[in-house]
Amino acid sequence: MSFRAFTAIIKRDVKMAMRSFGDGLTLVLFFIMIGVIIPFAVGPNKVLLATIAPGVVWMAAFLSSLLAIDRFFRADFEDGSLLAMRHASISLSTIAFAKLIALWLTTILPLIFATPMLAMMLNMDYELFFRTILSLLVGTPALIAFGGIGAAITVSLKRGGLIAPVLILPLSIPILIFGISAIKTNAGVGVENTAVLFLLGISMLAMVFAPFAIALALKLDQE
Amino acid sequence: MKKYSPPKNINKSQTVKEMNWFDKLAHPGQFLKWSKYLILPLSLITIALFGIGLWFAFFNSPEDYQMGDTVRIMYIHVPNAWLSQFVYMAMAVSAIGTLVWRHPMADVSMKVAAPLGAAFTALALFTGSLWGRPTWGTYWEWDGRMTATLILLFMYLGLVALWRSFDDQLRAAKLIAVLTLVGAINIPIIKFSVDWWNTLHQPSIISAEGLSMPASIYTPLLVMMLAFTFLFVTLHLVGMRTEILKRKADALIRKSVSQTGNKGVGK
Repeated sequence: MSFRAFTAIIKRDVKMAMRSFGDGLTLVLFFIMIGVIIPFAVGPNKVLLATIAPGVVWMAAFLSSLLAIDRFFRADFEDGSLLAMRHASISLSTIAFAKLIALWLTTILPLIFATPMLAMMLNMDYELFFRTILSLLVGTPALIAFGGIGAAITVSLKRGGLIAPVLILPLSIPILIFGISAIKTNAGVGVENTAVLFLLGISMLAMVFAPFAIALALKLDQE
Repeated sequence: MKKYSPPKNINKSQTVKEMNWFDKLAHPGQFLKWSKYLILPLSLITIALFGIGLWFAFFNSPEDYQMGDTVRIMYIHVPNAWLSQFVYMAMAVSAIGTLVWRHPMADVSMKVAAPLGAAFTALALFTGSLWGRPTWGTYWEWDGRMTATLILLFMYLGLVALWRSFDDQLRAAKLIAVLTLVGAINIPIIKFSVDWWNTLHQPSIISAEGLSMPASIYTPLLVMMLAFTFLFVTLHLVGMRTEILKRKADALIRKSVSQTGNKGVGK
């Protein structure tokens, strides 16, 4: 019963994201464009581009996810669905967890599918590319989890879209650090594996604890 | 969860007598009364400590055999760096007070501490970079501790911005308390990750830990740390009083507006 409600929330959010397909497409375009702008900024030197490629991909994912989190609770807050969810048969933190998963599926997964384009333009080799995909897969759940906390705290603010990224960025720096280290092969023997494990640890912890913080913030907001 | 409800009329000694000692101390009206007598002594202690500390720091402490007179920056830098973390701790404790006991004084304490913490953190970074120029040869180094302090500054500034973007300060307090605690949990992770990142990229060239401190340097440092801590306590207290008075004034304005508004509708 409760698991069905849980999957229903995920299905609902994914379906709604599919219907407003333009939003998701804009995000993917934004993600790719950041990667395209970088060669104009630093010059089309292929060696240099390959060196900074992991950082560029992570920055692009970072900024895109910051853009995406504003929409996280906004629509549900404005049309009153959030109020209804508080009285659902499953707890608000479970719903928040389901919504986090749905957000990851609808915003981050398309970005990961778009990564090959960036990899090609930034002159990544195959090994670097697969490491980047792995590091994004492992690290982005934490990014979404922190973003969810920021979105929940600023949901009642009209201009929350501006302030939430400022609140979330400092907290997300560890994700970026371990995300980049997980890609770099020249960092040291075994370092990249350690970084992947740290990244996995942060992601799992964040996905477990963020729903409670999100539910708490949403409840306090509506008191 | 116990909800805090302030009595209607604080001037009635009856209601104040019925409160236990903690409620008495922490009731906004009572707080305004007793904290009034603390400001002058606290200011005097702060000024005296600064006098002693600065005298030690400038005239009665030796030069460092390597750094010369620039070692004296430490007497300003280290206390600010200590306060940048102490203030966040105070804010996190206040945040627990806000979420668990729903106490309005905890809200006020949290709100007033944020800009103070930002100021001390900014001073720590500023004096640090002034010190870094003659000793390390650069204003900014991506050293683990400096980077973590910079991130802390951004966290403070984010909290200040968040306080300012809410109209309803009671709602703001609860939400900001959640974020403050999330940040408090994150600070060790950030610290660890930045240290890890830093050792990965560049081994530290000079570490401040290399100095073994003689008492002649230790004494002024401790006095200055105490002086800055008292400065924070004094400013925090004054800030809390101002915030309470501001909220009272706001409430009075709202009340008078609604009363005249009602009269207008009635007639």
